[in-house]
Amino acid sequence: MTDLIHLSAADLASKLQSREVSSVEATKAHLDRIAGVDGDVHAFLHVNAGALATAKSIDERRAAGETLGELAGVPIAVKDVLCTIGMPSTSGSKILEGWIPPYDATAVAKVRAAGLVPLGKTNMDEFAMGSSTEFSAYGPTHNPWNLDRIPGGSGGGSAAAVAAFEAPLALGSDTGGSIRQPGAVTGTVGVKPTYGSVSRYGAIALASSLDQIGPVSRTVLDSALLHDVIKGHDPRDSTSLRDEWPSFADAARAGLAPGSLQGVKVGIVRELNGDGFQAGVKARFADAVALLTAAGAEIVEVSAPSFEYAISAYYLILPAEASSNLAKFDSVRFGLRVTPEGGGTVEQVMAATREQGFGPEVKRRIILGTYALSAGYYDAYYGSAQKVRTLVQRDFSRLFDEVDVLISPSAPTTAFPIGEKIDDPLAMYLNDLTTIPANLAGIPGLSLPMGLADEDGLPTGIQLMAPAREDARLYTYGAALEQLFESTWGHTLISKAPSLSVSEQSAATEGVV
Amino acid sequence: MAARPELMDYDKALEMFEPVVGFEVHVELSTATKMFSDAPNEFGGEPNTNITPVDLGLPGSLPVVNGQAVKYAISLGLALGCSIAPTSRFARKNYFYPDLAKNYQISQSDEPIAFEGSVEVEMPDGTLFTVPVERAHMEEDAGKLTHVGGSTGRIQGAEYSLVDYNRAGVPLVEIVTHPIIGAEALAPELGAAYVETIRDIVRGLGISEARMERGNLRCDANISLRPRGQEKLGTRTETKNVNSFRAVERAIRYEIQRQAAILAKGGTITQETRHWHEDTGRTSAGRPKSDADDYRYFPEPDLLPVEPSLELIQELRAALPESPAVMRRRLKAQWGFTDLEFQDVKNAGLLTEIVETVAAGSTPASARKWWTGEIARLANAAEVDASSLVEPSQLAELIALIDSGELTDRLARQVLEGVIAGEGTPAEVVEKRGLKVVSDDGALIAAIDEALASQPDVLEKIRDGKVQAAGAVIGAVMKAMKGQADAARVRELVLERAQA
Amino acid sequence: MSEITREQVEHLAGLARIALTPDEIDKLTGELGHIVDSIAKVSEVANADVPATSHPIPLSNVFRDDVVGETLTQEQALAGAPEHDGTRFKVSAILGEEQ
Ligand SMILES: [Mg+2]
Ligand SMILES: [Zn+2]
Repeated sequence: MTDLIHLSAADLASKLQSREVSSVEATKAHLDRIAGVDGDVHAFLHVNAGALATAKSIDERRAAGETLGELAGVPIAVKDVLCTIGMPSTSGSKILEGWIPPYDATAVAKVRAAGLVPLGKTNMDEFAMGSSTEFSAYGPTHNPWNLDRIPGGSGGGSAAAVAAFEAPLALGSDTGGSIRQPGAVTGTVGVKPTYGSVSRYGAIALASSLDQIGPVSRTVLDSALLHDVIKGHDPRDSTSLRDEWPSFADAARAGLAPGSLQGVKVGIVRELNGDGFQAGVKARFADAVALLTAAGAEIVEVSAPSFEYAISAYYLILPAEASSNLAKFDSVRFGLRVTPEGGGTVEQVMAATREQGFGPEVKRRIILGTYALSAGYYDAYYGSAQKVRTLVQRDFSRLFDEVDVLISPSAPTTAFPIGEKIDDPLAMYLNDLTTIPANLAGIPGLSLPMGLADEDGLPTGIQLMAPAREDARLYTYGAALEQLFESTWGHTLISKAPSLSVSEQSAATEGVV
Repeated sequence: MAARPELMDYDKALEMFEPVVGFEVHVELSTATKMFSDAPNEFGGEPNTNITPVDLGLPGSLPVVNGQAVKYAISLGLALGCSIAPTSRFARKNYFYPDLAKNYQISQSDEPIAFEGSVEVEMPDGTLFTVPVERAHMEEDAGKLTHVGGSTGRIQGAEYSLVDYNRAGVPLVEIVTHPIIGAEALAPELGAAYVETIRDIVRGLGISEARMERGNLRCDANISLRPRGQEKLGTRTETKNVNSFRAVERAIRYEIQRQAAILAKGGTITQETRHWHEDTGRTSAGRPKSDADDYRYFPEPDLLPVEPSLELIQELRAALPESPAVMRRRLKAQWGFTDLEFQDVKNAGLLTEIVETVAAGSTPASARKWWTGEIARLANAAEVDASSLVEPSQLAELIALIDSGELTDRLARQVLEGVIAGEGTPAEVVEKRGLKVVSDDGALIAAIDEALASQPDVLEKIRDGKVQAAGAVIGAVMKAMKGQADAARVRELVLERAQA
Repeated sequence: MSEITREQVEHLAGLARIALTPDEIDKLTGELGHIVDSIAKVSEVANADVPATSHPIPLSNVFRDDVVGETLTQEQALAGAPEHDGTRFKVSAILGEEQ
């Protein structure tokens, strides 16, 4: 029965379809695993007390002969940035502690409608501001590969949950790399879809023009299957695209055919593989390039000069939008209220609440964003950053005239020790160097395991990027490359993750872990 | 309350200073749903019921633009003679206030949907004044605060406040004028006439209820003075809370007198918002404008540009109703009023009321008679706009009752009072107060007989040709019937009696 | 070197309604200075002839039909409120005025 947790979502789904296992069994196996290891990993902020009941109803519907979605009955973890009926949604912040939304995020509603079983809410940097999950108001998540290391961020909880076999699938959000960078450092797969491919409705906004919800999994096909569930137009999100999307699962399966990389033009972005990159990351990336070449791909080195400015533009646009998005946390309609000693005016109550309710990184970025938008600075900062955005888009569009897909390491380093960069915001910001350009341009990006770094034995990841709306390409080439890696290694990367010591406590089925 | 400020004599103020005015008028659109959510565009009901997560600014919620509101805004822009922007954009105006759910207002800042137009305003003497319009832009309304404790619901001294977000997100178009120069001593009248013209335009378009007393139409009046001969504009104040045409006029006159007194003494005007107090007829200082007013506008990332097609603009232009100026010319001809009668109606701001009363079935003459007569008298006494007292359809119903002989003018005035007091429709008031004309000849003849019994020589006098002698009997009958008889019918019956 | 001053950070904290402690203001003044120095280079390449991009995927005219949908119940609306009187949200006395 414990083997259920090691199955991919696709394999678990077929066992559920054939009724070889029930959703109750699968869900219970994952809840047991959470109970066993999450004390050490701390991937979850909340475990869904209703998970088994949901699983039971899926089993009953299947028994009644109802036609269910491909992933029906498969458990899933949900990043706490997403609003969920019946489960607290805090975005990792004290200011929203215990808040239970009266509605589901569209992505969550789609996941429920497809019969997936929400296991609970996963940890994250407060309001998704961070690259290590250390800025969660509820304590850090630990990397299952080495519990003293960070799991990446902001979606460290979702990545760690999947890497620790606490869930086969998770939902994440990616504003500057929050799905892909945790994927890289935990040896898992994560995809930031084309902006507008997945609805943002019900995702607690960080930076509206950059945020995108996406899948987190252990295989490329599993991410494709989940992306198929959550994609599509939503009239509640004005930026949601009306495109008819192809089946991403079909696209991933197409990548498994022999010769699927033959003649594919692959661009290596010079600016995304520079001096500051860890040696082991560069070595694995070189291996990957060699593999691709051997598989018949045509490799070209390309340059995107604007990327030098991308991180600066990002750290103006994000704080600016965030400073406004986070203004609603004012203690009037929901969330924390802190009244200064002896009372106070509403202005003082709001200021005291925000002082105590927000953590240091959130305050830092709100102040920075307020500065970037304020009178006299707007043109030099926010205005210029939006122009850089145009330049980044132009670079991408020029490059995609030449190549089918761009590649780079997903992150400049492997997982660093918890606490190492917490007091150095600039060093922390550099973790997103490779992932940020895709968010600025709205294009899709996928990260998949690239092997272990020699110096520390920790996972590295490779990022694939495709033109906007061409998410299917990422799944095809990503699945092909994943297959190539695994046949070269003779195993999956995640199978090399240390088995965590399982505590003896029985399954926790509810409450904060 | 501060000491009564010094005011300069109005004529003297005009001698020394030139007044410059400007207006920001907010028009609430009568769409079915809100600007950015599908909540019903209604308020005044049970608090916090006409709201969605979007109106409450709940985490994760997102705005979506109401297409009908955009069409209304374009129509209004066209009616104001504005150009319609090929691309307009929503922006966030960031400031913290508890009635503002998201702590930013979605508005249009430097890219409004309509810009640079003008409105022809008819002055009390019948001349036309062109008011230059800078822009008309779309935005959302805020929630409603109620201040509890302290004195009379004022914000000052209140212990706490309560927030109802039903009004949050109601669609608004804000019309902003350029500074208006040249109205001189008639600047107050121009203000009232301008706001009235805006009301007529939006009512004509059918895009707003446009009732000032209900807040569907709100005016902020900017007023500054500059010494005669000076080029540079003076420091302005922005007076809020002017909720009727007459209040606009009074507030401007007051500010001119107040500012003139300060300037004449060598003082300076503080750039600030001021609040109009209808009861005292004064303005009081509000929030000073300062560097702290940094709204950090930036393009709303959750919304996309509005780019109306030329076809849509053409279609909406073709559907525009006639302008108020053209309409006035047509009505004057149709109604057959004299110049003086028409000017009176216009100056009293009652054109729309008469149009609507006529549309509901009354003759122009009787509509005019009631609006400029009894209703205007009651409005004056109550210091409110006549239009706020009674619905045109109700007046038309009342007039129909008079025309059918069921009410006399005198009874009708009592019915009108009942309608204004909220006792119901005219028919309901007639019923409740028992005000129907006694049309039963039998009852009238009995009363006549009774009156004749005490004045037996009357019939004789009538037969002798002294018809005016009937007056005494008619008077007695009317008195006996408590006025609920048709005096003309009584007279007929008395004369018949003398013939018999 | 950056021009960020302590007074500026205080002013920004006021605009952002965060009651920062004096220590936080000191710390942020230094940090913000460093961050701004390192990101100010965006203006180097932001020439006048480069248009600004506010949305990654260009769209326009995204409108909703004017049809009433589902609303929250009063109970749902007030469920998360720190304080309410049964029908309305309750806040302490307001110092400033609406804009
Ligand atoms: Mg204004
Ligand atoms: Zn406004």
